[in-house]
Amino acid sequence: MIDFMLNGQPCRSEASPETSVLELLRETLGVTGTKEGCASGDCGACTVAIGEPGPDGELRYHSANACITPAHQLNGRYLVTVDGLAQGDALHPAQAAMVACHGSQCGFCTPGIVMSLFTLHEQQRQAPAPLTPQRLEAALGGNLCRCTGYRPIRDAAMSMDSHPDHRPLWLDAGAPRDSEANKTGLDLDASFLQPGSLAELTDCLARHPQARLVAGATDLWLESTQRLARFERVIDVTRVAELNVVEEAELQDGRRGWWIGAAVTYSRLEPLLEEPYDAFAHLLHRLGSQQVRNRGTLGGNIANASPIGDTPPVLLALGSRLRLVGPEGERELPLDDFFLDYKRTALREGEAIRAIFLPRPVAGQTLKVWKLSKRREDDISAVLGAFAWRMENGVIRDVRLAFGGMAAIPKRAAHAEAALEGQAPDAAAFRAAREALAEDFQPMSDVRGSAEYRRLSAANLLERLHLVIAQAETDSPREVMLHAYAH
Amino acid sequence: MRTLTKLSKAPGAAPEQNKSTEMAADVSAESATARHELDGRIKGSSPLARDTVHAAPHPHARAHESAVKHVTGRAAYIDDLKAPADALHVALGLSPVAHGRLTRLGLDKVRAMPGVVDVIGFHDVPGHTDIGPVFPGDPIFVEEEISYVGQVMFAVAAESHRAAREAVQAAVVEIDEQPACLDPVAAAERGEFVRPTHVQQSGDWEQALANAAHVVEAEQFVGGQEHFYLEGQACLVQPTEDEGVIVHTSNQHPSETQKLVAEVLGIPFHAVTVEVRRMGGGFGGKETQASPWACIAALIARRTGRTTRVRLPRADDMRVTGKRHPFHNRYRLGVDDQGVIQGGEITVIGDCGYSPDLSDAIVDRAMFHSDNAYSLGEARVTGHRARTHTASNTAFRGFGGPQGMMVIEAAMDDIARRIGEDPLTVRKRNFYRPGRQTTHYGQQVDQIGLLKELVEQLETSSEYWARRRAITEFNAESPIVKRGLALTPVKFGISFTAKHLNQAGALLHVYTDGSVMINHGGTEMGQGLHTKICQVVARELGLDVDEVRITATRTDKVPNTSPTAASSGADLNGQAARDACVRLKQRLFDFAHEHLYQDQGLDREEMRMEAGHLVAGYGESERRIPWGELVQSAYLNRISLSEKGFYATPLIHYDRNTGQGRPFYYYAFGAAVAEVSVDTLTGEYQVERVDILHDVGDSLNPAIDLGQVEGGFIQGMGWMTSEELKWNDAGRLISDGPATYKIPTYGDLPPVFNVKLMEGHPNSMASIYRSKAVGEPPFMLGMAVWSALRDALASLTDYAEAPRLDTPATPERVLLAAEALRSRYDAAQGAV
Repeated sequence: MIDFMLNGQPCRSEASPETSVLELLRETLGVTGTKEGCASGDCGACTVAIGEPGPDGELRYHSANACITPAHQLNGRYLVTVDGLAQGDALHPAQAAMVACHGSQCGFCTPGIVMSLFTLHEQQRQAPAPLTPQRLEAALGGNLCRCTGYRPIRDAAMSMDSHPDHRPLWLDAGAPRDSEANKTGLDLDASFLQPGSLAELTDCLARHPQARLVAGATDLWLESTQRLARFERVIDVTRVAELNVVEEAELQDGRRGWWIGAAVTYSRLEPLLEEPYDAFAHLLHRLGSQQVRNRGTLGGNIANASPIGDTPPVLLALGSRLRLVGPEGERELPLDDFFLDYKRTALREGEAIRAIFLPRPVAGQTLKVWKLSKRREDDISAVLGAFAWRMENGVIRDVRLAFGGMAAIPKRAAHAEAALEGQAPDAAAFRAAREALAEDFQPMSDVRGSAEYRRLSAANLLERLHLVIAQAETDSPREVMLHAYAH
Repeated sequence: MRTLTKLSKAPGAAPEQNKSTEMAADVSAESATARHELDGRIKGSSPLARDTVHAAPHPHARAHESAVKHVTGRAAYIDDLKAPADALHVALGLSPVAHGRLTRLGLDKVRAMPGVVDVIGFHDVPGHTDIGPVFPGDPIFVEEEISYVGQVMFAVAAESHRAAREAVQAAVVEIDEQPACLDPVAAAERGEFVRPTHVQQSGDWEQALANAAHVVEAEQFVGGQEHFYLEGQACLVQPTEDEGVIVHTSNQHPSETQKLVAEVLGIPFHAVTVEVRRMGGGFGGKETQASPWACIAALIARRTGRTTRVRLPRADDMRVTGKRHPFHNRYRLGVDDQGVIQGGEITVIGDCGYSPDLSDAIVDRAMFHSDNAYSLGEARVTGHRARTHTASNTAFRGFGGPQGMMVIEAAMDDIARRIGEDPLTVRKRNFYRPGRQTTHYGQQVDQIGLLKELVEQLETSSEYWARRRAITEFNAESPIVKRGLALTPVKFGISFTAKHLNQAGALLHVYTDGSVMINHGGTEMGQGLHTKICQVVARELGLDVDEVRITATRTDKVPNTSPTAASSGADLNGQAARDACVRLKQRLFDFAHEHLYQDQGLDREEMRMEAGHLVAGYGESERRIPWGELVQSAYLNRISLSEKGFYATPLIHYDRNTGQGRPFYYYAFGAAVAEVSVDTLTGEYQVERVDILHDVGDSLNPAIDLGQVEGGFIQGMGWMTSEELKWNDAGRLISDGPATYKIPTYGDLPPVFNVKLMEGHPNSMASIYRSKAVGEPPFMLGMAVWSALRDALASLTDYAEAPRLDTPATPERVLLAAEALRSRYDAAQGAV
């Protein structure tokens, strides 16, 4: 039983474990304002807002793709859809601005755009801040529109303020609710398990070692919508308290940093990364869309073990470690040892990722992350290069070069690293590194790029690295890359 | 007698019409010549319908008629329509191979799957099994021959969408697979065509080439494009109490669907009613390719007696339906020392997929537009229609025109590098101009002064030359990041090239409360057609737009309609709606003249509709009858308050035997300037600024037209840049969803985007209120981005060479082009 609030009204419904929020809305409840455009989380037509109580007890709304959000994750949550925003003839500012700016043509993407604008409007209420191009891009980058070309939608986003603030009162009315499931305790035989603590999670894992683990579902749910998979049993890790924390820590080897809970979403992670690793934070702007970043987690990106996942190369370059939890307790291992083969990892049956160690930068260390894709926003990498190093007495030290899209797993370029380690950052060293790359990788051709493009562009990213290091030492730096990508 | 001059001084006066001859006779002497010229160019048989009254700025910039419904989620699309609880859901069994013979189709297990109610294939069709829209060649289900991956073999109807999709997977399919042809050039060389080759020729092109100072030649691949309408193909079919069906469909061509559904069921057309309220995007993808699903659903609805719905999952939709045709183009052109084309030859090969569909007209339109805005001189243009084992490629905004224009736009850049001039200079030298204003297919290009003025205005407003200098300087100092700039024009011919489609009908009802309902043959796909039609009716009847309601397009209201395509929706249906209004007005005027104010001798000639009144006379003799009163009186006096309207575009003709004629009623013009930055190490690029000036004649609705121009440009830019269709070696489309097929998103909107509608140039032809069609022409403005990318790359050779840059110009293609240029140029420099 799913027990949640729908547009201010209590709603209870049964659903099989693989049901999505969109299926629940359109097929079970007959609430059809929310549209299906792709059923894969890539177009945003089905965008809804989900409210959860923040630390202060106030509801915080985030945008989500209903098509790949498990319906059961609505338990105890506050779902807002386009159907509920207007009160009679009084349009919400997100709606009024869209009408005034001619922001809809065919109108099919419009409900999703309105909901993305609604969440932006809510953010502005709670923490007003300038609507920079970057913020608008984050707010709207996950909503495809095939008609307008986006200019009127940009105008709508920027003019919501000028419309009367008709905002449904029920948006704030709901006191934090405990779902029925939470009140009655965890039923270990339920088909959709939502453990609230690490102890409950290990109970679930012990009882159902073959259950599918889900956090943001931003990839797993495509198995249901695209390949029609039925999930016998699902363990949802998003409510495990211990998996949602970020803790400062010092490892035994003396490295300081943070243990990041595996269920921490990209959206939560982004502000934490800005100070230590601007390049990593910037990468997150280009990882999926806001809707995906609001749900997707670092643990999911690693456990998924895709060769084109965006964060694993970065974490490899930074020398990350994992803390795993399983039937025999907890264990740690370096991320270097985690990816075994295509979509195969060191996780044993009944094991889950508990936390990821992100080390602090050491003195003189730099991280660069460059992602190559057909489209700048919301696209999957053809090639991603993550490079960490530090300069010591004019030579490169502790260089770690990791790539995505170049092999069956996210992988470090051992030969290229060897060609640079201890060398002055000159043309000869980087030429050797580029040549060594051929020994590290034999990429393949696929829909995102040819083997030739991958080889060439990966090598050229090392040349870019050379130029960046060289530029840092000149007085009159030239542009070595586009400003839109530079970080 | 009133004149146009007087009319424009009368505040709030209604638009005037049907006065062309009177006007010329009555205006002052100095404007008489100009007026006479204008009049002389009004060659159409329909009345002059230009509104010269300009009140507040953008008086017609009304919001989309469904805007509030869009933003509240209340606008109903097909899959939102409520259906009975026992409605069936359909899923399709698709071919996994590109070419072969179906030797076994075992469906018993499918029938046994939970929730399955009906399973049908080729042999279950009572009527026609070929649903080719114009020419035969599209079997509704595979009988034996399989022609592409995704071809429909069977359909399953089940209690739920998921049950139907799951059941499909239980089919046992055996196929004798054969080698697939995926290369249109090889197909053309072997003579494998879906339709015969067509040639247009003007003058002695061989002599022109032989005499030319320079010969420039090249070839190019122009990629296709997925429509990616946000609402996928969908329909809902209800069986009626007799032998027929009611079809709700997301569809640009309801009349054709009516015909095909009737033929498949083997019933008369009048037993089938097709209704389209709106589409969640069409772009051409629902012109012919919305019909198969309606036919399949209709078969199931008749067999089961249950309402039947189809919505294609996105991946199925992308595999099953055709796309914009990929083209392979070649040109060989002779130019003089100034870079002016003297003549030559152009060959375009359209990759049509497995069947004709609309490919004949699409390749024709590519040929018609291989000149774009430039005189080709003495030229021969050849168009091949190659058959390959892919989905049958179809209409898509521009309808082959964009692919044809790519030849000549590539040539302009190539000529510029050859003679060492700026590409804009070369383009301007080659524009149609007095003395060279006949196209290679024999049509005179009207309004050539408009294009010249438009480009000059844009040149100035975009600061083209100052930016050109800045970019050249920047590039000289910047080894990695290169900037590029380009201005490309658009001249797009307006009319269906299939002459008979240039007709439209409308149905006007006035009810006794005074409310007005208009219905017409066009369909609403987001382009704002219904809004414009409501505005036309309101304007003609002197009413507020809110008093006019438009209803869903239905084949039982206006029959035998043309597709909403070829940018023609407002041109054709606007005139038809206006025709209905004019007829009704005449009847009401006659009635008012005979029955109202008879004793005052109310002047019939002076009657007009304005501000909710019938008005007769001026000044002291003016009489005003409120609309509601007029309607009531007319009803009580047994005057019909319903009218139908009709329109057929005059003048157009084309002779396929000679390749000559006047296929287009008029041309629409536009131009765009794009600036890009390119990272020559990775091929990444950024569109920095775009300036657009576009000609819509006198706009029917500037807000909607601006939306078409901006949206068309961005869609065209996507076609040129990130939208890459990829098939694997077995002919399976591997870019089959938005994860792998990347249409522009918010961040692709250029940070500086100046878009304006050209003002002060009404259509020279008697179109509806002198407006121009706007659906397709702006799409081709996106080529400016591609040309700017080539410009940036050309800087790697100090502008000595234009790189070959096939499309879409993905970062991969840009990088590989940069590498090729750099290695060649560096080698050449090294040799020196």
